[in-house]
Amino acid sequence: MKPVSRFEELESGAPRVPVRFGGQEYQLAEGSNLAAALMAAGVDAFRQTSHRGVGRAPFCMMGACFDCLVLVNGETRQACLMEVETGLDVQPARRMREGPYASR
Amino acid sequence: MHRVNLAIIGAGPAGMAAAAEAAKAGVRVLLLDEQATLGGQIFRNVEVGSELRGAVLGRDYRRGALLTDAVAKSDVDYVAKARVWSIEENHVAYSTPDGEYLVEADHVLLATGALERAMPVPGWTLPGVMTAGAAQIMLKQSGIVAREAVLVGSGPLLYLVAVQLVRAGFPPKALVETQTRSDMRRAMTHWRAAMRGWRYLQKGAATLNELRNAGVPRYVKSRNIALLGSRRVDAVHFSCGGAIHEMATDTVLLHHGVVPDVQAARMAGIEHHWNAQQNAFVPKVDPWGRTECDGVWIAGDGAGIGGAMSAELSGRITGLAVAHELGSLPRAERDRRANPLIGQRNVELSIRPFIDRAFPPYHEALAPEDEVTVCRCEEVKAGQIREAAEQGCLGPNQAKAFTRAGMGRCQGRYCGLSVSRILADANNRSMDDTGYVRVRPPLKPVTLGQVAALHDPNAPLEQAGGHD
Ligand SMILES: Cc1cc2nc3c(=O)[nH]c(=O)nc-3n(C[C@H](O)[C@H](O)[C@H](O)COP(=O)(O)OP(=O)(O)OC[C@H]3O[C@@H](n4cnc5c(N)ncnc54)[C@H](O)[C@@H]3O)c2cc1C
Ligand code: FES
Repeated sequence: MKPVSRFEELESGAPRVPVRFGGQEYQLAEGSNLAAALMAAGVDAFRQTSHRGVGRAPFCMMGACFDCLVLVNGETRQACLMEVETGLDVQPARRMREGPYASR
Repeated sequence: MHRVNLAIIGAGPAGMAAAAEAAKAGVRVLLLDEQATLGGQIFRNVEVGSELRGAVLGRDYRRGALLTDAVAKSDVDYVAKARVWSIEENHVAYSTPDGEYLVEADHVLLATGALERAMPVPGWTLPGVMTAGAAQIMLKQSGIVAREAVLVGSGPLLYLVAVQLVRAGFPPKALVETQTRSDMRRAMTHWRAAMRGWRYLQKGAATLNELRNAGVPRYVKSRNIALLGSRRVDAVHFSCGGAIHEMATDTVLLHHGVVPDVQAARMAGIEHHWNAQQNAFVPKVDPWGRTECDGVWIAGDGAGIGGAMSAELSGRITGLAVAHELGSLPRAERDRRANPLIGQRNVELSIRPFIDRAFPPYHEALAPEDEVTVCRCEEVKAGQIREAAEQGCLGPNQAKAFTRAGMGRCQGRYCGLSVSRILADANNRSMDDTGYVRVRPPLKPVTLGQVAALHDPNAPLEQAGGHD
Protein backbone atom coordinates (compact mmCIF):
# COMPACT_ATOMS: atom_id res chain seq x y z
CA MET A 1 0.00 0.00 0.00
CA LYS A 2 1.28 3.43 -0.82
CA PRO A 3 1.76 5.79 2.10
CA VAL A 4 -0.35 8.94 2.41
CA SER A 5 1.46 12.12 1.57
CA ARG A 6 1.69 15.05 3.96
CA PHE A 7 2.43 17.41 1.06
CA GLU A 8 0.41 19.16 -1.62
CA GLU A 9 1.61 19.82 -5.14
CA LEU A 10 0.51 23.30 -6.24
CA GLU A 11 1.20 22.74 -9.91
CA SER A 12 0.53 19.35 -11.44
CA GLY A 13 1.23 20.18 -15.08
CA ALA A 14 4.49 18.28 -15.64
CA PRO A 15 4.22 14.84 -17.23
CA ARG A 16 4.56 11.91 -14.82
CA VAL A 17 7.24 9.31 -15.29
CA PRO A 18 7.84 6.04 -13.44
CA VAL A 19 10.55 5.99 -10.75
CA ARG A 20 11.26 3.07 -8.43
CA PHE A 21 12.16 3.64 -4.80
CA GLY A 22 12.95 0.65 -2.60
CA GLY A 23 11.28 -1.65 -5.11
CA GLN A 24 8.01 0.28 -5.26
CA GLU A 25 6.98 2.23 -8.35
CA TYR A 26 5.94 5.88 -8.15
CA GLN A 27 4.72 8.28 -10.83
CA LEU A 28 6.68 11.50 -10.34
CA ALA A 29 6.72 14.85 -12.14
CA GLU A 30 9.50 14.74 -14.72
CA GLY A 31 12.33 17.20 -14.08
CA SER A 32 11.23 17.98 -10.54
CA ASN A 33 13.55 17.67 -7.57
CA LEU A 34 13.90 13.97 -6.70
CA ALA A 35 13.85 14.36 -2.90
CA ALA A 36 10.83 16.67 -2.99
CA ALA A 37 8.94 14.47 -5.44
CA LEU A 38 9.55 11.34 -3.37
CA MET A 39 8.44 13.04 -0.17
CA ALA A 40 5.34 14.37 -1.93
CA ALA A 41 4.63 10.80 -3.01
CA GLY A 42 4.69 9.75 0.65
CA VAL A 43 8.24 8.39 1.11
CA ASP A 44 9.51 9.01 4.64
CA ALA A 45 12.82 7.32 5.21
CA PHE A 46 15.54 7.90 2.60
CA ARG A 47 18.57 6.52 4.35
CA GLN A 48 19.31 4.36 7.33
CA THR A 49 21.87 5.56 9.84
CA SER A 50 25.07 3.56 10.09
CA HIS A 51 25.06 2.84 13.82
CA ARG A 52 21.50 2.64 15.00
CA GLY A 53 19.93 1.84 11.65
CA VAL A 54 17.09 4.32 12.02
CA GLY A 55 15.39 6.06 9.10
CA ARG A 56 16.26 9.59 8.05
CA ALA A 57 14.55 11.94 5.64
CA PRO A 58 15.73 15.07 3.80
CA PHE A 59 16.45 17.77 6.37
CA CYS A 60 18.06 20.74 4.58
CA MET A 61 17.11 20.29 0.89
CA MET A 62 20.26 22.25 -0.02
CA GLY A 63 22.96 19.65 -0.25
CA ALA A 64 24.45 20.21 3.22
CA CYS A 65 23.08 17.59 5.65
CA PHE A 66 23.39 14.32 3.67
CA ASP A 67 20.27 12.84 5.24
CA CYS A 68 18.72 12.37 1.77
CA LEU A 69 21.36 9.85 0.68
CA VAL A 70 20.14 7.21 -1.74
CA LEU A 71 21.70 4.66 -4.06
CA VAL A 72 21.24 5.21 -7.78
CA ASN A 73 22.91 2.68 -10.06
CA GLY A 74 25.07 1.59 -7.16
CA GLU A 75 26.31 5.11 -6.54
CA THR A 76 25.51 7.13 -3.40
CA ARG A 77 23.82 10.37 -4.33
CA GLN A 78 22.04 13.19 -2.54
CA ALA A 79 18.42 13.01 -3.69
CA CYS A 80 17.97 16.76 -3.05
CA LEU A 81 20.54 17.51 -5.74
CA MET A 82 18.95 15.25 -8.37
CA GLU A 83 16.11 15.59 -10.81
CA VAL A 84 13.38 13.08 -11.62
CA GLU A 85 14.14 11.13 -14.80
CA THR A 86 12.10 8.34 -16.26
CA GLY A 87 13.11 4.86 -15.13
CA LEU A 88 15.34 5.87 -12.20
CA ASP A 89 15.85 2.94 -9.86
CA VAL A 90 16.51 4.36 -6.42
CA GLN A 91 17.33 2.45 -3.24
CA PRO A 92 17.53 3.89 0.25
CA ALA A 93 21.14 4.10 1.46
CA ARG A 94 21.51 1.46 4.15
CA ARG A 95 24.01 1.42 6.97
CA MET A 96 26.88 2.45 4.83
CA ARG A 97 30.29 3.56 5.90
CA GLU A 98 30.23 7.24 6.68
CA GLY A 99 33.00 9.62 5.82
CA PRO A 100 33.83 12.06 3.11
CA TYR A 101 34.61 9.41 0.51
CA ALA A 102 31.71 7.65 -1.11
CA SER A 103 32.17 4.01 -1.93
CA ARG A 104 32.21 3.21 -5.57
CA MET B 1 45.01 23.70 -17.46
CA HIS B 2 42.35 26.29 -17.94
CA ARG B 3 42.94 29.73 -16.45
CA VAL B 4 40.54 32.44 -15.40
CA ASN B 5 41.00 35.76 -13.64
CA LEU B 6 38.33 35.13 -11.04
CA ALA B 7 36.66 31.92 -9.93
CA ILE B 8 33.53 32.47 -7.84
CA ILE B 9 32.07 29.71 -5.70
CA GLY B 10 28.36 30.23 -5.13
CA ALA B 11 25.78 31.89 -7.40
CA GLY B 12 23.57 33.55 -4.79
CA PRO B 13 23.13 37.33 -4.68
CA ALA B 14 26.77 37.84 -3.63
CA GLY B 15 28.30 35.59 -6.27
CA MET B 16 26.03 36.79 -9.08
CA ALA B 17 26.59 40.47 -8.27
CA ALA B 18 30.36 40.03 -8.02
CA ALA B 19 30.43 38.13 -11.31
CA ALA B 20 28.43 40.74 -13.20
CA GLU B 21 30.38 43.66 -11.75
CA ALA B 22 33.81 42.14 -12.44
CA ALA B 23 32.85 40.99 -15.93
CA LYS B 24 31.64 44.48 -16.74
CA ALA B 25 35.17 45.71 -16.00
CA GLY B 26 36.62 43.13 -18.38
CA VAL B 27 37.56 40.40 -15.90
CA ARG B 28 37.30 36.76 -17.07
CA VAL B 29 34.95 35.18 -14.57
CA LEU B 30 34.03 31.56 -13.90
CA LEU B 31 30.93 31.23 -11.70
CA LEU B 32 30.36 27.82 -10.07
CA ASP B 33 27.37 26.53 -8.12
CA GLU B 34 26.32 23.03 -7.17
CA GLN B 35 22.67 23.87 -7.65
CA ALA B 36 20.94 23.41 -11.00
CA THR B 37 20.03 27.09 -11.36
CA LEU B 38 21.33 30.55 -10.50
CA GLY B 39 19.91 32.33 -7.45
CA GLY B 40 21.40 30.93 -4.24
CA GLN B 41 19.13 30.33 -1.27
CA ILE B 42 16.92 33.37 -1.53
CA PHE B 43 16.39 33.46 -5.30
CA ARG B 44 16.28 29.71 -5.83
CA ASN B 45 14.73 28.87 -9.22
CA VAL B 46 13.67 32.47 -9.79
CA GLU B 47 14.25 32.07 -13.54
CA VAL B 48 12.11 29.00 -13.96
CA GLY B 49 9.51 29.20 -11.16
CA SER B 50 5.91 29.72 -12.25
CA GLU B 51 3.75 32.84 -11.93
CA LEU B 52 1.91 31.19 -9.07
CA ARG B 53 5.08 30.57 -7.15
CA GLY B 54 6.17 34.15 -7.82
CA ALA B 55 2.95 35.40 -6.25
CA VAL B 56 3.35 33.16 -3.21
CA LEU B 57 6.99 34.07 -2.68
CA GLY B 58 6.47 37.82 -3.03
CA ARG B 59 8.06 40.85 -4.63
CA ASP B 60 11.49 40.45 -3.02
CA TYR B 61 11.78 37.05 -4.62
CA ARG B 62 11.04 38.30 -8.11
CA ARG B 63 13.70 41.00 -7.66
CA GLY B 64 16.21 38.21 -8.03
CA ALA B 65 15.44 38.02 -11.73
CA LEU B 66 17.34 41.30 -12.18
CA LEU B 67 20.48 39.61 -10.89
CA THR B 68 20.12 36.45 -12.93
CA ASP B 69 19.50 38.61 -16.02
CA ALA B 70 22.66 40.59 -15.36
CA VAL B 71 24.66 37.36 -15.27
CA ALA B 72 22.95 35.94 -18.35
CA LYS B 73 23.69 39.08 -20.36
CA SER B 74 27.34 39.25 -19.28
CA ASP B 75 30.40 37.34 -20.43
CA VAL B 76 30.46 35.36 -17.20
CA ASP B 77 31.11 31.68 -17.71
CA TYR B 78 28.51 30.10 -15.42
CA VAL B 79 28.58 26.37 -14.69
CA ALA B 80 25.58 24.80 -12.97
CA LYS B 81 25.74 21.59 -10.90
CA ALA B 82 29.41 22.24 -10.24
CA ARG B 83 30.49 21.14 -6.77
CA VAL B 84 33.70 22.67 -5.60
CA TRP B 85 35.55 20.20 -3.42
CA SER B 86 39.03 21.61 -3.16
CA ILE B 87 40.65 25.03 -3.17
CA GLU B 88 44.41 24.90 -2.90
CA GLU B 89 46.59 27.89 -3.50
CA ASN B 90 44.86 29.21 -6.60
CA HIS B 91 43.62 25.89 -7.94
CA VAL B 92 39.94 25.11 -7.73
CA ALA B 93 38.75 21.53 -8.25
CA TYR B 94 35.13 20.83 -9.01
CA SER B 95 32.99 18.03 -10.32
CA THR B 96 30.01 18.29 -12.64
CA PRO B 97 27.74 15.53 -13.95
CA ASP B 98 29.97 15.32 -17.02
CA GLY B 99 33.38 15.25 -15.49
CA GLU B 100 36.10 16.58 -13.26
CA TYR B 101 37.66 19.96 -13.73
CA LEU B 102 40.59 21.85 -12.34
CA VAL B 103 40.95 25.53 -12.96
CA GLU B 104 43.69 27.97 -12.11
CA ALA B 105 42.37 31.32 -10.98
CA ASP B 106 44.23 34.54 -10.22
CA HIS B 107 41.59 35.24 -7.59
CA VAL B 108 39.06 33.05 -5.82
CA LEU B 109 35.87 34.44 -4.30
CA LEU B 110 34.00 32.36 -1.74
CA ALA B 111 30.32 33.31 -1.91
CA THR B 112 28.96 30.19 -0.27
CA GLY B 113 26.30 31.94 1.83
CA ALA B 114 24.64 30.69 4.96
CA LEU B 115 23.22 27.58 6.59
CA GLU B 116 20.34 27.43 8.98
CA ARG B 117 21.61 27.10 12.52
CA ALA B 118 21.29 23.51 13.73
CA MET B 119 18.52 23.16 16.31
CA PRO B 120 19.24 20.02 18.34
CA VAL B 121 16.10 19.37 20.35
CA PRO B 122 14.85 15.90 21.33
CA GLY B 123 13.49 14.16 18.21
CA TRP B 124 14.97 16.55 15.62
CA THR B 125 16.41 13.66 13.61
CA LEU B 126 13.00 12.04 12.97
CA PRO B 127 11.61 11.92 9.43
CA GLY B 128 8.95 14.61 9.13
CA VAL B 129 11.27 17.16 10.74
CA MET B 130 13.14 19.52 8.46
CA THR B 131 14.34 23.09 8.49
CA ALA B 132 11.96 25.89 7.62
CA GLY B 133 14.34 26.79 4.80
CA ALA B 134 14.02 23.25 3.44
CA ALA B 135 10.25 23.64 3.24
CA GLN B 136 10.78 26.95 1.46
CA ILE B 137 13.14 25.31 -1.02
CA MET B 138 10.49 22.68 -1.79
CA LEU B 139 8.09 25.50 -2.55
CA LYS B 140 10.55 27.53 -4.65
CA GLN B 141 11.97 24.60 -6.53
CA SER B 142 9.02 22.26 -6.92
CA GLY B 143 5.82 24.04 -5.90
CA ILE B 144 5.34 21.48 -3.11
CA VAL B 145 3.98 22.55 0.30
CA ALA B 146 3.51 20.78 3.62
CA ARG B 147 -0.02 20.59 4.99
CA GLU B 148 -0.62 21.75 8.58
CA ALA B 149 3.04 22.11 9.46
CA VAL B 150 4.12 23.33 12.88
CA LEU B 151 6.94 25.87 12.72
CA VAL B 152 9.29 25.85 15.71
CA GLY B 153 11.92 28.41 16.66
CA SER B 154 12.32 32.11 15.96
CA GLY B 155 13.40 34.77 13.51
CA PRO B 156 12.38 36.61 10.34
CA LEU B 157 12.75 33.55 8.10
CA LEU B 158 10.38 31.55 10.33
CA TYR B 159 7.68 34.20 9.80
CA LEU B 160 8.45 34.52 6.10
CA VAL B 161 8.05 30.79 5.50
CA ALA B 162 4.85 30.78 7.58
CA VAL B 163 3.38 33.56 5.44
CA GLN B 164 4.44 31.86 2.22
CA LEU B 165 2.58 28.72 3.36
CA VAL B 166 -0.47 30.87 4.09
CA ARG B 167 -0.33 32.41 0.61
CA ALA B 168 0.07 29.00 -0.96
CA GLY B 169 -3.26 28.06 0.63
CA PHE B 170 -1.88 25.77 3.33
CA PRO B 171 -1.51 27.83 6.50
CA PRO B 172 0.69 26.26 9.16
CA LYS B 173 -1.07 24.72 12.14
CA ALA B 174 0.87 26.88 14.61
CA LEU B 175 4.06 28.77 15.31
CA VAL B 176 5.89 27.60 18.43
CA GLU B 177 8.21 30.54 19.09
CA THR B 178 11.18 30.58 21.39
CA GLN B 179 11.99 34.27 21.76
CA THR B 180 10.82 36.15 24.85
CA ARG B 181 9.63 39.61 25.79
CA SER B 182 12.93 40.41 27.43
CA ASP B 183 14.68 39.58 24.15
CA MET B 184 12.51 42.22 22.53
CA ARG B 185 13.30 44.68 25.33
CA ARG B 186 17.02 44.13 24.76
CA ALA B 187 16.49 44.56 21.02
CA MET B 188 14.68 47.85 21.58
CA THR B 189 17.86 49.41 22.93
CA HIS B 190 18.96 49.28 19.29
CA TRP B 191 15.85 50.94 17.94
CA ARG B 192 17.70 54.02 16.77
CA ALA B 193 19.93 52.01 14.46
CA ALA B 194 17.04 49.76 13.52
CA MET B 195 15.03 52.75 12.33
CA ARG B 196 17.53 53.16 9.50
CA GLY B 197 16.31 49.78 8.36
CA TRP B 198 12.67 50.81 8.78
CA ARG B 199 11.65 49.01 5.60
CA TYR B 200 12.48 45.73 7.30
CA LEU B 201 10.54 46.66 10.42
CA GLN B 202 7.58 47.62 8.26
CA LYS B 203 7.80 44.37 6.37
CA GLY B 204 8.06 42.41 9.61
CA ALA B 205 4.93 44.07 10.97
CA ALA B 206 3.03 43.36 7.74
CA THR B 207 4.10 39.71 7.91
CA LEU B 208 2.84 39.32 11.48
CA ASN B 209 -0.39 40.97 10.44
CA GLU B 210 -0.87 38.55 7.60
CA LEU B 211 -0.33 35.63 9.99
CA ARG B 212 -2.85 37.07 12.45
CA ASN B 213 -5.44 37.59 9.73
CA ALA B 214 -4.97 34.03 8.58
CA GLY B 215 -5.70 32.91 12.14
CA VAL B 216 -2.38 31.11 12.65
CA PRO B 217 -1.89 30.61 16.42
CA ARG B 218 1.44 31.79 17.84
CA TYR B 219 2.86 30.32 21.06
CA VAL B 220 5.47 32.85 22.10
CA LYS B 221 8.15 32.14 24.74
CA SER B 222 7.84 28.37 24.39
CA ARG B 223 10.16 26.10 26.36
CA ASN B 224 10.87 22.36 26.87
CA ILE B 225 10.39 21.64 23.19
CA ALA B 226 10.54 17.98 22.20
CA LEU B 227 9.51 16.32 18.96
CA LEU B 228 7.72 13.04 19.54
CA GLY B 229 7.33 9.91 17.42
CA SER B 230 9.02 6.60 16.81
CA ARG B 231 9.54 6.04 13.08
CA ARG B 232 8.47 9.56 12.17
CA VAL B 233 7.38 12.68 13.99
CA ASP B 234 3.78 12.74 15.15
CA ALA B 235 3.63 15.53 17.73
CA VAL B 236 5.37 18.57 19.19
CA HIS B 237 5.58 18.81 22.94
CA PHE B 238 6.24 22.21 24.53
CA SER B 239 5.35 24.38 27.46
CA CYS B 240 4.06 27.90 27.05
CA GLY B 241 2.48 30.32 29.49
CA GLY B 242 2.35 27.78 32.31
CA ALA B 243 0.56 25.15 30.20
CA ILE B 244 1.98 22.00 28.64
CA HIS B 245 1.00 21.32 25.06
CA GLU B 246 1.19 18.28 22.87
CA MET B 247 0.24 19.21 19.35
CA ALA B 248 -0.27 16.49 16.76
CA THR B 249 1.46 17.08 13.40
CA ASP B 250 3.15 15.23 10.52
CA THR B 251 5.57 18.01 9.70
CA VAL B 252 7.78 20.11 11.95
CA LEU B 253 9.82 22.96 10.46
CA LEU B 254 12.72 24.12 12.63
CA HIS B 255 14.48 27.45 12.39
CA HIS B 256 16.37 29.70 14.78
CA GLY B 257 18.51 31.84 12.55
CA VAL B 258 21.20 31.39 9.96
CA VAL B 259 24.98 31.20 10.34
CA PRO B 260 27.76 31.69 7.80
CA ASP B 261 28.69 28.55 5.86
CA VAL B 262 32.37 28.65 6.72
CA GLN B 263 33.40 25.27 5.33
CA ALA B 264 35.20 26.59 2.24
CA ALA B 265 36.85 29.43 4.16
CA ARG B 266 38.00 27.04 6.88
CA MET B 267 39.38 24.66 4.30
CA ALA B 268 41.29 27.52 2.69
CA GLY B 269 42.90 28.15 6.09
CA ILE B 270 41.38 31.57 6.70
CA GLU B 271 41.35 32.73 10.28
CA HIS B 272 37.95 33.01 11.99
CA HIS B 273 36.84 34.66 15.17
CA TRP B 274 33.81 34.27 17.39
CA ASN B 275 31.11 36.88 16.87
CA ALA B 276 29.04 36.90 20.04
CA GLN B 277 26.26 39.04 18.58
CA GLN B 278 25.70 36.66 15.67
CA ASN B 279 26.48 33.64 17.85
CA ALA B 280 28.71 32.24 15.12
CA PHE B 281 32.26 32.09 13.85
CA VAL B 282 32.97 34.55 11.07
CA PRO B 283 36.04 34.73 8.81
CA LYS B 284 38.40 37.69 9.01
CA VAL B 285 37.83 39.95 6.01
CA ASP B 286 38.40 43.63 5.31
CA PRO B 287 35.60 45.88 3.96
CA TRP B 288 36.47 44.80 0.40
CA GLY B 289 36.06 41.15 1.26
CA ARG B 290 39.79 40.50 1.15
CA THR B 291 41.12 37.77 3.44
CA GLU B 292 44.65 37.38 4.69
CA CYS B 293 45.16 34.51 2.21
CA ASP B 294 46.54 36.01 -0.95
CA GLY B 295 43.96 36.09 -3.74
CA VAL B 296 41.12 34.61 -1.65
CA TRP B 297 38.07 36.82 -1.06
CA ILE B 298 34.75 36.29 0.74
CA ALA B 299 31.47 38.10 0.10
CA GLY B 300 27.88 37.69 1.24
CA ASP B 301 26.45 35.86 4.22
CA GLY B 302 29.52 33.61 4.28
CA ALA B 303 31.46 36.58 5.66
CA GLY B 304 28.87 37.25 8.41
CA ILE B 305 25.08 37.37 8.22
CA GLY B 306 23.80 40.55 6.60
CA GLY B 307 20.88 39.40 4.45
CA ALA B 308 20.34 39.29 0.72
CA MET B 309 20.65 43.01 -0.07
CA SER B 310 23.85 43.30 1.89
CA ALA B 311 25.14 40.13 0.16
CA GLU B 312 24.44 41.65 -3.25
CA LEU B 313 26.18 44.91 -2.30
CA SER B 314 29.18 43.04 -0.88
CA GLY B 315 29.40 41.03 -4.07
CA ARG B 316 29.54 44.19 -6.17
CA ILE B 317 32.11 45.78 -3.86
CA THR B 318 34.38 42.72 -4.06
CA GLY B 319 33.86 42.51 -7.81
CA LEU B 320 35.17 46.06 -8.14
CA ALA B 321 38.08 45.37 -5.79
CA VAL B 322 39.18 42.31 -7.74
CA ALA B 323 38.89 44.19 -11.03
CA HIS B 324 41.16 46.88 -9.60
CA GLU B 325 43.63 44.32 -8.31
CA LEU B 326 43.83 42.80 -11.79
CA GLY B 327 44.55 46.18 -13.32
CA SER B 328 41.19 46.39 -15.08
CA LEU B 329 39.91 49.29 -13.03
CA PRO B 330 41.83 52.36 -11.81
CA ARG B 331 41.74 52.95 -8.07
CA ALA B 332 39.83 56.22 -8.38
CA GLU B 333 37.18 54.53 -10.49
CA ARG B 334 36.91 51.62 -8.07
CA ASP B 335 36.38 54.02 -5.19
CA ARG B 336 33.94 56.19 -7.09
CA ARG B 337 31.75 53.18 -7.80
CA ALA B 338 32.23 51.40 -4.48
CA ASN B 339 31.68 54.27 -2.06
CA PRO B 340 27.91 54.58 -2.51
CA LEU B 341 27.62 50.77 -2.30
CA ILE B 342 29.52 50.74 0.99
CA GLY B 343 27.16 53.42 2.31
CA GLN B 344 24.11 51.42 1.27
CA ARG B 345 25.54 48.33 2.88
CA ASN B 346 25.93 50.17 6.18
CA VAL B 347 22.25 51.08 6.06
CA GLU B 348 21.34 47.46 5.31
CA LEU B 349 23.43 46.23 8.22
CA SER B 350 21.91 48.68 10.70
CA ILE B 351 18.93 46.38 11.33
CA ARG B 352 21.09 43.39 12.28
CA PRO B 353 21.80 44.21 15.98
CA PHE B 354 18.05 44.53 16.47
CA ILE B 355 17.25 41.22 14.74
CA ASP B 356 20.05 39.34 16.49
CA ARG B 357 18.76 40.43 19.90
CA ALA B 358 15.06 40.14 19.20
CA PHE B 359 15.44 36.58 17.89
CA PRO B 360 18.36 34.93 19.69
CA PRO B 361 18.99 31.20 19.24
CA TYR B 362 16.83 28.90 21.38
CA HIS B 363 18.83 28.44 24.57
CA GLU B 364 17.94 24.77 25.10
CA ALA B 365 19.24 23.94 21.64
CA LEU B 366 22.56 25.65 22.42
CA ALA B 367 22.95 23.54 25.55
CA PRO B 368 21.06 20.34 24.68
CA GLU B 369 20.27 17.68 27.26
CA ASP B 370 22.67 14.73 27.38
CA GLU B 371 20.28 12.45 25.49
CA VAL B 372 19.88 14.75 22.47
CA THR B 373 21.70 13.81 19.28
CA VAL B 374 24.09 16.56 18.24
CA CYS B 375 25.98 15.03 15.30
CA ARG B 376 23.32 13.75 12.92
CA CYS B 377 25.75 11.84 10.71
CA GLU B 378 27.59 9.86 13.39
CA GLU B 379 24.68 9.82 15.86
CA VAL B 380 26.64 11.38 18.70
CA LYS B 381 24.73 12.70 21.71
CA ALA B 382 25.43 15.83 23.71
CA GLY B 383 26.27 13.69 26.75
CA GLN B 384 29.06 11.95 24.85
CA ILE B 385 30.66 15.30 24.06
CA ARG B 386 30.43 16.26 27.74
CA GLU B 387 32.02 12.92 28.71
CA ALA B 388 34.85 13.64 26.30
CA ALA B 389 35.30 17.03 27.97
CA GLU B 390 35.48 15.33 31.36
CA GLN B 391 38.27 13.16 30.01
CA GLY B 392 40.23 16.25 29.11
CA CYS B 393 39.04 16.99 25.61
CA LEU B 394 39.34 20.73 24.97
CA GLY B 395 38.55 21.22 21.30
CA PRO B 396 36.38 19.75 18.56
CA ASN B 397 39.29 18.08 16.75
CA GLN B 398 40.05 16.03 19.83
CA ALA B 399 36.33 15.39 20.24
CA LYS B 400 36.35 13.82 16.79
CA ALA B 401 38.78 11.18 17.98
CA PHE B 402 36.81 10.61 21.20
CA THR B 403 33.33 10.47 19.69
CA ARG B 404 33.48 10.67 15.86
CA ALA B 405 31.34 13.83 16.07
CA GLY B 406 32.01 15.87 12.93
CA MET B 407 33.52 12.95 11.01
CA GLY B 408 30.44 12.20 8.95
CA ARG B 409 29.60 13.27 5.46
CA CYS B 410 28.39 16.72 6.41
CA GLN B 411 31.83 17.40 7.91
CA GLY B 412 30.44 19.26 10.86
CA ARG B 413 28.19 21.64 8.95
CA TYR B 414 25.31 20.86 11.31
CA CYS B 415 27.16 19.87 14.47
CA GLY B 416 30.30 22.02 14.39
CA LEU B 417 28.89 24.94 16.37
CA SER B 418 27.04 22.68 18.82
CA VAL B 419 30.15 20.62 19.57
CA SER B 420 32.29 23.71 20.11
CA ARG B 421 29.62 25.30 22.32
CA ILE B 422 29.18 22.19 24.50
CA LEU B 423 32.95 21.85 24.94
CA ALA B 424 33.36 25.55 25.68
CA ASP B 425 30.63 25.42 28.33
CA ALA B 426 31.91 22.18 29.87
CA ASN B 427 35.49 23.41 30.04
CA ASN B 428 34.59 26.97 30.91
CA ARG B 429 36.62 28.29 27.99
CA SER B 430 35.81 30.82 25.30
CA MET B 431 34.60 29.83 21.84
CA ASP B 432 37.76 31.30 20.31
CA ASP B 433 39.94 29.16 22.59
CA THR B 434 37.80 26.11 21.93
CA GLY B 435 37.93 26.57 18.17
CA TYR B 436 36.12 24.78 15.38
CA VAL B 437 36.37 21.41 13.73
CA ARG B 438 39.15 21.29 11.11
CA VAL B 439 37.83 21.16 7.56
CA ARG B 440 39.88 19.23 5.05
CA PRO B 441 39.34 18.57 1.37
CA PRO B 442 37.23 17.17 -0.12
CA LEU B 443 34.72 19.82 0.84
CA LYS B 444 31.96 17.73 -0.67
CA PRO B 445 32.19 13.95 -1.00
CA VAL B 446 34.01 12.77 -4.09
CA THR B 447 34.90 9.29 -5.17
CA LEU B 448 38.50 8.15 -5.30
CA GLY B 449 37.98 7.87 -9.04
CA GLN B 450 37.21 11.57 -9.20
CA VAL B 451 40.36 12.46 -7.30
CA ALA B 452 42.39 10.15 -9.52
CA ALA B 453 40.92 11.71 -12.65
CA LEU B 454 42.55 14.98 -11.65
CA HIS B 455 45.90 13.57 -10.70
CA ASP B 456 46.46 11.07 -13.48
CA PRO B 457 48.66 12.91 -15.96
CA ASN B 458 47.41 10.70 -18.79
CA ALA B 459 43.74 11.28 -18.13
CA PRO B 460 42.31 13.71 -20.65
CA LEU B 461 41.49 16.52 -18.28
CA GLU B 462 38.59 18.52 -19.60
CA GLN B 463 38.93 22.23 -19.61
CA ALA B 464 36.72 24.54 -17.73
CA GLY B 465 34.56 26.56 -20.01
CA GLY B 466 33.82 23.74 -22.39
CA HIS B 467 30.51 22.80 -20.88
CA ASP B 468 27.98 23.84 -23.43
C1 LIG C 1 17.57 27.65 3.29
C2 LIG C 1 17.65 29.13 3.34
C3 LIG C 1 16.60 29.92 2.86
C4 LIG C 1 16.66 31.31 2.87
N1 LIG C 1 15.60 32.03 2.39
C5 LIG C 1 15.64 33.39 2.45
C6 LIG C 1 14.54 34.18 1.98
O1 LIG C 1 13.55 33.66 1.50
N2 LIG C 1 14.63 35.53 2.09
C7 LIG C 1 15.73 36.14 2.61
O2 LIG C 1 15.77 37.37 2.68
N3 LIG C 1 16.78 35.42 3.04
C8 LIG C 1 16.76 34.07 2.99
N4 LIG C 1 17.82 33.34 3.47
C9 LIG C 1 19.02 34.05 3.91
C10 LIG C 1 19.84 34.14 2.62
O3 LIG C 1 20.65 32.99 2.53
C11 LIG C 1 20.77 35.24 2.42
O4 LIG C 1 20.39 36.47 2.87
C12 LIG C 1 21.27 35.33 0.97
O5 LIG C 1 20.81 34.30 0.15
C13 LIG C 1 22.74 35.31 1.03
O6 LIG C 1 23.27 35.36 -0.24
P1 LIG C 1 24.70 34.76 -0.55
O7 LIG C 1 24.97 35.13 -1.96
O8 LIG C 1 25.67 35.20 0.48
O9 LIG C 1 24.57 33.18 -0.40
P2 LIG C 1 23.51 32.11 -0.93
O10 LIG C 1 22.33 32.73 -1.53
O11 LIG C 1 23.32 31.17 0.19
O12 LIG C 1 24.30 31.35 -2.09
C14 LIG C 1 25.39 30.49 -1.84
C15 LIG C 1 25.50 29.51 -2.97
O13 LIG C 1 26.74 28.81 -2.86
C16 LIG C 1 26.56 27.51 -3.32
N5 LIG C 1 27.62 26.67 -2.75
C17 LIG C 1 27.97 26.53 -1.43
N6 LIG C 1 29.01 25.68 -1.31
C18 LIG C 1 29.33 25.27 -2.56
C19 LIG C 1 30.33 24.38 -3.09
N7 LIG C 1 31.22 23.75 -2.29
N8 LIG C 1 30.37 24.17 -4.42
C20 LIG C 1 29.48 24.81 -5.26
N9 LIG C 1 28.53 25.66 -4.82
C21 LIG C 1 28.46 25.89 -3.48
C22 LIG C 1 25.17 27.14 -2.87
O14 LIG C 1 24.63 26.12 -3.70
C23 LIG C 1 24.41 28.46 -2.99
O15 LIG C 1 23.69 28.54 -4.18
C24 LIG C 1 17.79 31.93 3.42
C25 LIG C 1 18.84 31.14 3.93
C26 LIG C 1 18.81 29.77 3.88
C27 LIG C 1 19.95 28.97 4.40
S1 FES D 1 18.42 17.06 2.26
FE1 FES D 1 20.23 17.76 3.18
S2 FES D 1 21.71 17.09 1.72
FE2 FES D 1 19.88 16.56 0.76
